[in-house]
Amino acid sequence: MFEVVKPGLTTTIQDLGRTGYQQYGVVVSGAMDAFALQVGNILVGNKRDEAGIEVVIMGPTLRVLADHVIAICGADLSPKLDGESIPMWKSLVVKAGQTLTFGKPVNGGYTYITVAGGIDTPLIMGSKATYTKAEIGGIEGRSLQKGDKIAFGKPSSMVKAGIGLPIRQIPDYRSGRKIRVILGPDHDAFSGESVERFLSEHYKLTSQSDRMGSRLEGPSLSLLRGADIISDAIFPGTIQVPANGQPIILLADRQTTGGYTRIATVITVDLPYVAQMLPGNELAFEAISVEKAQRLYVEQELLLQTLSVAAGTF
Amino acid sequence: MLRIDAYGDMGLRIQLGATISKETNNKIRSLALCLEKEEIPGIIEWIPTYTAISISYDPYIISYDKLKKRIEDLSESMIEVKLPPAMVVHIPVCYGGECGPDLETVASHNGVSADEVINIHADTDYLIYMMGFTPGFPYLGGMSEKIATPRLETPRLKIPVGSVGIAGAQTGVYPMETPGGWQLIGRTPVKLFDSSRQDPILLQAGNYVRFVRITEEEYQTIEAKIKQGTYQPKREVYQEK
Repeated sequence: MFEVVKPGLTTTIQDLGRTGYQQYGVVVSGAMDAFALQVGNILVGNKRDEAGIEVVIMGPTLRVLADHVIAICGADLSPKLDGESIPMWKSLVVKAGQTLTFGKPVNGGYTYITVAGGIDTPLIMGSKATYTKAEIGGIEGRSLQKGDKIAFGKPSSMVKAGIGLPIRQIPDYRSGRKIRVILGPDHDAFSGESVERFLSEHYKLTSQSDRMGSRLEGPSLSLLRGADIISDAIFPGTIQVPANGQPIILLADRQTTGGYTRIATVITVDLPYVAQMLPGNELAFEAISVEKAQRLYVEQELLLQTLSVAAGTF
Repeated sequence: MLRIDAYGDMGLRIQLGATISKETNNKIRSLALCLEKEEIPGIIEWIPTYTAISISYDPYIISYDKLKKRIEDLSESMIEVKLPPAMVVHIPVCYGGECGPDLETVASHNGVSADEVINIHADTDYLIYMMGFTPGFPYLGGMSEKIATPRLETPRLKIPVGSVGIAGAQTGVYPMETPGGWQLIGRTPVKLFDSSRQDPILLQAGNYVRFVRITEEEYQTIEAKIKQGTYQPKREVYQEK
């Protein structure tokens, strides 16, 4: 069990999201960086879709009340155990009485503490993910508060410390790589010149970005007709362009439907790189084919499966 | 009139119409029913909207090309699907007063009495075209233009759960406490979304909603029953008028 000494910015319990209810308007939520959460779970012997503690930019101070195997995966928020730096992307033992803290964000905004045995909070509509606006999931549907106790399940028998992700597989969130997208479904609503501009210019992340979406600032995109469409579905990574011509990338806490024109959708394997951007960071887009995006998706899926087998948690 | 496009690498969008109409909505219901029956491996879920269905799927299990082919085949058998009758869900509403602070505004904007507004609003079966915006929120069609009213110039910061409002030619119910600019004409004690309920969501696209006028006393009685878990909104088979 952990006790929250300081809650941090917005620390929440997140899994891979509340799927299956989008046709009723229920927001999926879940981890902003699904790859990091899945790796974290594998390293501590959990199922990939188990929940972890999502830490955002300013991390919490957590007192360890019993011995556990944990892993910290995602952005480097300078994690420390009793003041000593600890490795990331690797399972380790924390002992009763120790204190876990975070420091300066080095290369992104979201990191995940996964604990062997998983988080012991109830499944709400099949998920432990916290969606604070509807006050569901996690601990009382809210972000963590001082004094909260976080309980964990029974670890698998295979769990051990020292299991790590091979270094070449650790995402480099600061690489400045292009964010790959699949154009559509409404890219025909933009002038050809605007689509070209979208794919060639740089955009900057604004401070009005959160779990719902990343608001960008850059060369304005103009629509042939109005910016509004008949309300339609939104997926993770969908890029909407409202009347002001500035794109918004929709992320974990996005609404299920929306009425703005959608120029493109970020491919699944690149979503963590969008989520890990900090205000002021720049990004550029590159259009690829569905076939290529799905090949990359399958490659990542195979990597996660191989890791699971290696960690004995498949 | 069926157009299939990739929507990201985990999505496939099927366009079934160009405008908001009952006919398109029926096609969408038929296709959703086919998808439910067919249980195509790899499909995670789908979101029906006014003119399209967007499917979310796992590309590790099925590729875009293969899924597209399955949907094309499926759409051919769609014509033979017999839709189950649509249901009308009765939503009890206490109009005016504290429950509906903007009832008079809606009345004076349209040059009718408050009672007429209520009679017009409560005397219609509204088709649920789609769900979205917030958990359990229905996009309803079919409100009379006679009571259409623009949104408030300054939105309220907090709208109580269950508020029934008008925005332009649309009507709806707020399932959660949110900010909003709708003209509030009444309130229902019935919860459209309650994650602790066995069926967390009350409504479903393709069905209808009928608002039924109740008094403040009835509102309190129903509210008490809901707290005890003994209230079920009335449902009946929809009949075209």
